[in-house]
Order: sequence, then C-alpha cells, then structure tokens
Amino acid sequence: MESRAVGASVARVDGVAKVTGRARYLDDLDAAGVWHGMTVRSQIAHGVLEGIDRDPSFDWSRVVVVTAEDIPGKNVITLIEDDQPALVPVGGEVRHVDEPVALVAAPTRALAYAARAAIRPRIRPLPNVFTIDDALSARVKLHGDDNVFKKFSIRKGHARDEEIEAALAGCAHVIDSVYRTSAQEQMYIEPQAMMASWIGDACHVTGSMQCPYYVHKAMKPLLDLHAEQAIITQTVTGGGFGGKEEYPSMIAAHCALLARKAHAPVKIVYDRDEDIAATTKRHPAVIHHRLGIDREGNLVVAAIDVVMDGGAYATLSAVVLSRGVLHAAGPYKCPMVKIVGRVVATNHPPHGAFRGFGAPQTTFAYERQIEKAAKRVGAPPLAYRRKHALREGDTTATGQTLTYSVGTDAVLDALEQVAGPKPAKTGTSASGAPVRRGRGVCFYFHGAGFTGSGEQRLAGRATVALTRDGRFEVRASSTDIGQGAITIFTQLAADALGVSPSLVEVVDPSTDRVPDSGPTVASRTCMVVGGLVEQASRALRGRISAWGREFGRANESIASLAHDVAADLGPLEETVQYQPPPGIAWDDETYTGSAYPVFGWAACLVDVTIDLDTYEVAVDRCVQAVDVGKAINPTIVRGQIDGGTLQALGWALLENVVYKDGKVANANMTNCIVPTFADAPELETIIVECPYPFGPHGAKGVGEIPMDGPAAAVANAVGDALGLDFDTIPITPEMIATRMRRS
Amino acid sequence: MKIELIINGETRSADADPWKRLLDFVREDLRLTGTKEGCGEGECGACTVLLDGEPVNSCLVAAGQCAHRRVTTVEGLARGELLHAVQRALVARGGAQCGICTPGIAVCAAHLVDEGLVSGDRARDRVRELLAGNICRCTGYQLIVDAVIEAATDVAAGEAAAEVHE
Repeated sequence: MESRAVGASVARVDGVAKVTGRARYLDDLDAAGVWHGMTVRSQIAHGVLEGIDRDPSFDWSRVVVVTAEDIPGKNVITLIEDDQPALVPVGGEVRHVDEPVALVAAPTRALAYAARAAIRPRIRPLPNVFTIDDALSARVKLHGDDNVFKKFSIRKGHARDEEIEAALAGCAHVIDSVYRTSAQEQMYIEPQAMMASWIGDACHVTGSMQCPYYVHKAMKPLLDLHAEQAIITQTVTGGGFGGKEEYPSMIAAHCALLARKAHAPVKIVYDRDEDIAATTKRHPAVIHHRLGIDREGNLVVAAIDVVMDGGAYATLSAVVLSRGVLHAAGPYKCPMVKIVGRVVATNHPPHGAFRGFGAPQTTFAYERQIEKAAKRVGAPPLAYRRKHALREGDTTATGQTLTYSVGTDAVLDALEQVAGPKPAKTGTSASGAPVRRGRGVCFYFHGAGFTGSGEQRLAGRATVALTRDGRFEVRASSTDIGQGAITIFTQLAADALGVSPSLVEVVDPSTDRVPDSGPTVASRTCMVVGGLVEQASRALRGRISAWGREFGRANESIASLAHDVAADLGPLEETVQYQPPPGIAWDDETYTGSAYPVFGWAACLVDVTIDLDTYEVAVDRCVQAVDVGKAINPTIVRGQIDGGTLQALGWALLENVVYKDGKVANANMTNCIVPTFADAPELETIIVECPYPFGPHGAKGVGEIPMDGPAAAVANAVGDALGLDFDTIPITPEMIATRMRRS
Repeated sequence: MKIELIINGETRSADADPWKRLLDFVREDLRLTGTKEGCGEGECGACTVLLDGEPVNSCLVAAGQCAHRRVTTVEGLARGELLHAVQRALVARGGAQCGICTPGIAVCAAHLVDEGLVSGDRARDRVRELLAGNICRCTGYQLIVDAVIEAATDVAAGEAAAEVHE
C-alpha cells in the first residue's frame, strides 16, 4: 500500500479545538458540586513533623482536612523506590521545603485558601543537606550510609582504575575539567491540575498528565483498590516536558483522598508559584571529565565522574542518572572508557524527569571537552568531530556495535552546507556598544526508547479496533501533551489500514478504555507505540481483507468493506505487544550491550554576539540538523525540534532555579524566566532522515534529542567570542562580567 | 454588583465582585473557558483578551473596570465556523502544540494582523516584539511567527482584493 498520510504535514487533529478555545483542559471542567483542594506544605527543609496545628478561631465545619491518618492504604507514591509519602505523617520526617503535610478542600477556592492559611505544621528542625559535596560527605545521613540513591559504572576496554590512570598519564594531552549544570523548570504553561471523584467504590481521576498508568499504579496501594477500581483519564494537557511524568501521581493521590472525605469531587489546580516551588525539575549535575588524547588528537581514554542532586526522594533519579551515564562518553570513538555515576540525596524538592532525562547534562560536558580537545591539537571544531565520531561498525562506551541508522555524516553534512562564514569577531551593536562575536558547534546523539531491556519489561501494548459504525479507533495510553501523538497515530493507522485519516479516531487515554502502552516519555511514543499502532492496524486490515475475499469483494477498499464487516462480525480489534528488534542484548549487571535499539544523531551551530557593556549574549543563529529516522509529520517534527532547541538555549543562557535554604527563591514566572518571542532567534531546523529499520516507516525518537546539544554549542560560541572557557551554565551576564574582570 | 459588558459583540451581564479578576469573570461567570490562566501575575500572556480593542492580561484587570466596555476573547475571533486568518494559519503552520498559550497568542496576533501592525520589511521582528508578552514553551516560537506572517499576508491580500472589487 502506498503511503498517503505518513510523511505529509497533516494538520493536527486537535488544532481547530486549540485555536478556538474549545479544547477543554482540566481547569475548564467542573463536575457538579466540585470542591477545591489545597495543599498544606512544610516551611523548612528537614525536620520531624511534631504536629499539625489548626487555628481554633476558624470554622472547620465548612471544610475537610486530610492528613496521613486518612490514607486507607499504604502512605507512599509508588514509583521506583516507594520512599515518598503522599503526606508526611505526624512523627515522620519532613525532607524538603514545600513537602505536603496536610490537605484541605472547600466548596470555594477562597474558602480553601483561608483553611490552608489556618493550618500550620509544627516541625522540629534537623540538619540540612543542600549541596552535592555535603551529601557525599555523609555528615548528615538522608539515605543509607552514603546518601547515594544509585550508582552506575560503565567500563569499556575492561580497564581497571590503575590502567585508566596509567593511560591518562601516557596521553599527549589530558583535558581535565569540571562542569556544572543547574536545575531547570519545565514551565509547561498549564500548571499541574487534577480532579478526582468517587462513584461507589471506584475512584475516577482525570487531569493533566503524561502517564495515566503511572497514576493508576500509584493509586491502587495508596487507596487500597483493585485495578478496575482506579480509573485514570488524561484531559487535554498543556505541556509536560517530563514535568507531568511522575508528579501527577502525587496530586491525584491528594485529590482522591480529599474527594473520599468530602464525599464530593475535588479538583486541585496549582498556582504557578506553588508549581515551581514544589514539583520536580531537571537534576543539577557536577561532571568531572578527563579526556586523554594522543598527539594527532585521537581519543585514547575517558574517565568521567557524574554526580547529580536527586533531591529528597528517589523518584526517577536512578533512571535519569542511567541515561546520563549512557550518553556521557558521547558519540566518539574511544577504546578505553570509565564512567561512574551517582545520584545523591539532598533536602531539595525531588528532581525528576525533564526532556533529555540526564543526557543534556552529560552532553554539555563531553561537547565542551571535545571542543577543548580540538583546540589543543589545532583542529577545526567540525572537522575534529567528524574525524572521531562513531560510524556503522564502531562501538559505544557500553560496547554496543552500531550496525544501522548512524546519522553522523548526514547531520554533519547538512550543518556544513548551511554554516556559511563565521561572523566578524568584533564590531559595534545597534546601540553603539562594542561587541564580540563567536561561533560554536556541537555533535551529539540520543538513544531512543527505554534504556536497555526497559521496553521488553514494559511490554507495551496498543489496540486498533473496527467500531460498530464502520470506523476505526486507536487505543493507546500514550498521551498527546502537545507533541502531536494523536495526529501521528492517526496518520500511521490510516495508512496501515488503507483508509482516510478522517475514519480514524484516537480515543482519549483512560485506563478503562486503553491498554498500557507504557508511559509517554523517552522519545518512544512514535517509534515504539506508533510501531504497535501500525502493526495492529495491519493485522486488522488483514482480517477485513480476508472477509472481503470470502464474500467475493476482494477488489473493494477497506473503507467500503468496514461497515459491512462490522455489521456481520461485530466490532473487531487487534492488540499488538512490543517485541524487541533482533540482536538487542543488554546486561543490567555490567551495564554493557545495546543500551538503546537505535540512536538519533544531531549537529548544532550557534553564532552569538556579546555586548561588552552589558555582557548580554544574543543568539544570532541557531542551526540544528537532527536525524529523526523518518518524519511522519514534518511540521510536527519541526515543532518538536524547534521547541527543544529553545528550551536548551534557555537552559544555556538564562533559565535557573535558585535555591535558598532549600526553598526555591524565584518561584514565579517574573524571576524564573524562560525565553520569550523576543529572546528566541530564528531557528534554522534541518530534518535529516536515516531510517531505523524497526521503526514505523523508519521513525526513531525526536522529542528529547534537540534538548541535549545546544547548551554546549552556546558555551563553545561564547568561549570562541571571548577566549574564555565557560564550563558552568547558565552563562549569565553576571557570570561573564565576573570572568571578564578576572581575566 | 451587576457587571455588564460587551463580550465578543454581545452584551452580557453577571453579578460579581467588581474586584474579581476579568479572567475569572470571563471563565466562571460568562462560562467562556477559552481564556487560560498560566501564571496569574501578568507574565505569560495566556489570559490575553482585548479590552476596547487593546490586548491586556485579564489576570491583572478587575472585572469592575470593564463595565460597558468591549472585551474580545478567543471565542470571539471566528465567525461561526469560519476561522480568523490567524487561527487558520496557526493550525496550518503548526503554530499550536499543547495549545494552552494558543488562545492568548491568537487574540494578540489577531489584533496585530487586523490593525496592520506587522507588515513591511521588519515584519518578523515586529511580531517578535509585539508578542513578547505571550510565552509559549512548546514551539520555540518559529512556527508561530511563520503563522502570523502568513495571516498578515492573507489579510492584506484579502483587503487588496476587496478594494479591487469595490
């Protein structure tokens, strides 16, 4: 069947609803008699909760108050470690500022605010841990004996520590640097929002989320429910970027507990300050990277130490760290590699999932290192990268031999074609200020899908069904959070079925209507779940075609048969479960093997101008050439790359979450800034397609990769302009001023 | 207090505290939920509406201030099923992703296009300057700028065509 929808920039199926204001987000929905929930939070970072005091002058008869005692099941937000309570119990330990200790709900928002203000947790302070160094010193123990939530080691070349050190000592050049990256707020424009109601003994949760089945998994033990008693439905979601991966389980828990006690539906919509202060952010990281090269610049040995601040609870930190270390050596040929990664406990609010998931931190470090290596041997930056980059037949740090879909030359060629001459180094700005200009590049890769054997363990499923009225339904738990999942699924299903996209509907993800396709994370929605949708569609088409042959209607289209098949056989459905591609083997014990079934590849070029009066950095150009395998919908892919690119430029130059005594000091959009229209350069995005043989039409991941590289390209460009190394981001005007004065 | 205003061309009224935010008045009392709240402090622009034809952050305006004035929300941009040129272009060009900032951007951009504020050589820069109060976290802004420029071109061409017909 020739493809019609796939590869075309079909307009988003939810586009008209979104531009007319008809799309209903959680806060636009009101169940009859809905109450408003609020969260009472700790004011200090670490201590023992001795009591929860209520103002006796407040009329408590009009509101409900929930504490840990009201939890019918296990007081835990089930994820990986089960260490985070839904509410700190009296006598228990508060581990970060703004940790939930009690909940209130009232028929109006104003009354709920008043009730919240009338409750004060009484906390006996304990010593705090706010830095990675303090955590590693383990003077205050927050987790085990060493405060380490998780540690990974990767070794290539079976090198012992002494051999690594000897190899480094024997190198012509060793680039030895420490890199620091800051916490970053996802800043989805729709704040976290959730609603729960109880119908009989079943709990219905609806809201803004990436992963309905994560919420489902968390609700069962907390509320002591059977699987079918927890029904979780995603509403139109106003951005996620990882920020609505794990945290929605917390808010769902709170809504469900309040609704249970209030005997009314309860919704919780976070205020922006609360959202920034309390929910997860990108892990701050410190990366000590030693790279040994020979006289010609060949990479000989890399020794990399990665430490991330996990915050107060384990949440997804182990997995974030895993992705971080798996990308830490970069897409370069290096025979001897040692990577050690640790994520530590502190008294910061837990850090968590954010687009890129650990890889942006380690990519920043290795692409600064490669830049310095090129400079050390006097090689042009792009040529140096091209010379030492991985190709088919080469092996990564985990010993994975790449046998297909390596986009190195394709993305570097694409970038070089448009690079043009470097801008003049010095000049004058429009306002007359002296300026310096510079160019930076970077080259990077990003593993698509879950790490290692993750996809096999998840065993994601998707269903495509023929409905009674002769139409088609795609049922998957993948959520559309703006990235275009439902449009992509519609295109894939329509082409595989051989029908018009107008006959296909992607049903709203609800755990009582869709199978568990796995979470909406890890750049896996199109590549993995899209592949399942395509396979299920083909299987269903096969059944409809067989019916046509049986009744002498083999020449008729699927669309014209569908109605009669449904009338004859009733609704049909096909469900497909994920099968790993051949040749994929991963060893979790030794961290060796195929870390990812496939990688996306990318190259980035950034030109900057720095105002020498104000030290402001303007990004004049940002070119990204990104290999996505196959762009199922080029406009949507473009939008993904553009959006990820700007988040990365923001992280490099201006985004920063500032903690003071463990509390977010800039918990509002005025101070916790993200790029505006005026800050953003014209983005020159180039889509490159090196097909993945086992992805739908060759597609591989796209969501995360654009986030990984631009920060290093910016730092390289600023370094080029000023002749200074910038190894910490964000590179703020204050930081540049300090460095310029010192030099 | 009874607050009467002209919303999307229609006179409507509701009893409300005059200090209530226009954002809440529109969403709760008039049940027009297309206008969104992103920050509540005038930073993100998701709640942008036109007040007497000028864009304002409805989270920073008291409903009482709007009595007998004209308010346009995203629901007022289309004529029935006929989308405004900006809405059409946002869909066609990929200018909306998660969509939560889209109503504010559509309202503001429609104003820019209808008033002819984004034409000429520096049109793209003008779009970036004049929409700088509307934050989008999904798109990197590129395809929104493309969409607004396309809409401005369409509207200008439509007006030129209308003049020829006259």
